[in-house]
Amino acid sequence: MADEHHPHDDQHGSELSEMQLRVRALETILTEKGYVDPAALDQLIENAETRIGPHIGARVVARAWSAPEFKRRLLEDATEAVNALAGFDPVAAHLIAVENTPQVHNIVVCTLCSCYPWSVLGLPPVWYKSASYRSRAVIDPKGVLSEFGVKLPPDTQIRVWDSTAETRFLVVPMRPQGTEGWSEEDLARLVTRDSMVGTGLAKSPGEIG
Amino acid sequence: MSNTIHDMGGMHGFGPVVAEPHEPPFHSAWEGRVYAMQRAMGFTGMWTIDGGRASLETLPPLTYLAASYYERWFLGLEKRLVAHGLVGDDELAAGRSLRPGLRLNRKLTLEDAKTPQYLRYDRPAAAAARFKPGDAVRTRNLNPTTHTRLPRYARDKRGTVEAVRGCHVFPDSAALGAGDDPQWLYTVAFAARELWGEDADPAIRVSIEAFEPYLIPA
Repeated sequence: MADEHHPHDDQHGSELSEMQLRVRALETILTEKGYVDPAALDQLIENAETRIGPHIGARVVARAWSAPEFKRRLLEDATEAVNALAGFDPVAAHLIAVENTPQVHNIVVCTLCSCYPWSVLGLPPVWYKSASYRSRAVIDPKGVLSEFGVKLPPDTQIRVWDSTAETRFLVVPMRPQGTEGWSEEDLARLVTRDSMVGTGLAKSPGEIG
Repeated sequence: MSNTIHDMGGMHGFGPVVAEPHEPPFHSAWEGRVYAMQRAMGFTGMWTIDGGRASLETLPPLTYLAASYYERWFLGLEKRLVAHGLVGDDELAAGRSLRPGLRLNRKLTLEDAKTPQYLRYDRPAAAAARFKPGDAVRTRNLNPTTHTRLPRYARDKRGTVEAVRGCHVFPDSAALGAGDDPQWLYTVAFAARELWGEDADPAIRVSIEAFEPYLIPA
């Protein structure tokens, strides 16, 4: 990633230990001043690591594939439809679902920063926040898709959604062939994070073994 | 500032997009702490989400490009805490608190953190929406020195309103601490050729979420 450092990149080791020190110092200051509760910070991190994630979006998509009435509601008002789904915290706000079809493939980006549907996909991956993705998704979406290994029929229309406001976009990928009669639980296993951003397709039954 | 390095749509030279298999939510413990401090301090209501974005966008361009995502968050948070008088530069240098904190309107508790907090930005409208789906519009050629959500590549371009998304807090005003100033929000789609010239692929369309003050009838 051109603009990101990773802790496992040895050449950035000293820089990161400086970051560790600065971050620790800031948390000490904010705690001493009574602005933050470290236990609440722990909880926020635990939420991000375990509670939110693409498994939520995958269940939404699997339901949409299975239940036409739910899909209709999802495409009409995704916030309402997702919040009404049993088993989820009612957390979505300003969520918009866009459907891939044989004619149109949707892909989502935030050119200005990192807007992403956290409530259904969790935190965005590093590539989504990278300068390469943000710069190129709007001018060369086909090149980006080919780097992700996505092959589409040549006459497919590409639709790029730049998330420039608080609205958040969830792509509903096409249901793979050969999944007739599958349970929602099994269908959800085919739905990848990237397929819900538009940089991937749902897996085929053969890919999950 | 709006014409700064964060506005990356359409730039060349950043190389291929490289995805990391099995990427964890955080690559190091400090990233999680920065994420959580940012969320907790945002909860206090001392600044708006748009004020937060503006503090990232006004980092020096070389700093912005050289920093990782959570390094940027950290630098923006430090800057905002100092600007709002919540933390002193001397305290950042000392690595500890040197005086009592200011009184906050609210503080994120453990209970709050257990309940996912998603803020809503839709607001009652003061007037009817000026545009409707199907309307031809042109984006204005705006170059404010303050925060905006109208990217450079989509200024002074002809597009079509596809959807009315309701009336929302206007980031350009909210970032300045000038209140919600609610405005109608639209999905406006452009042909790639309108944005990138006649050599662009006719099969590509790009949409932005455009606030009404960005738009004029075409």
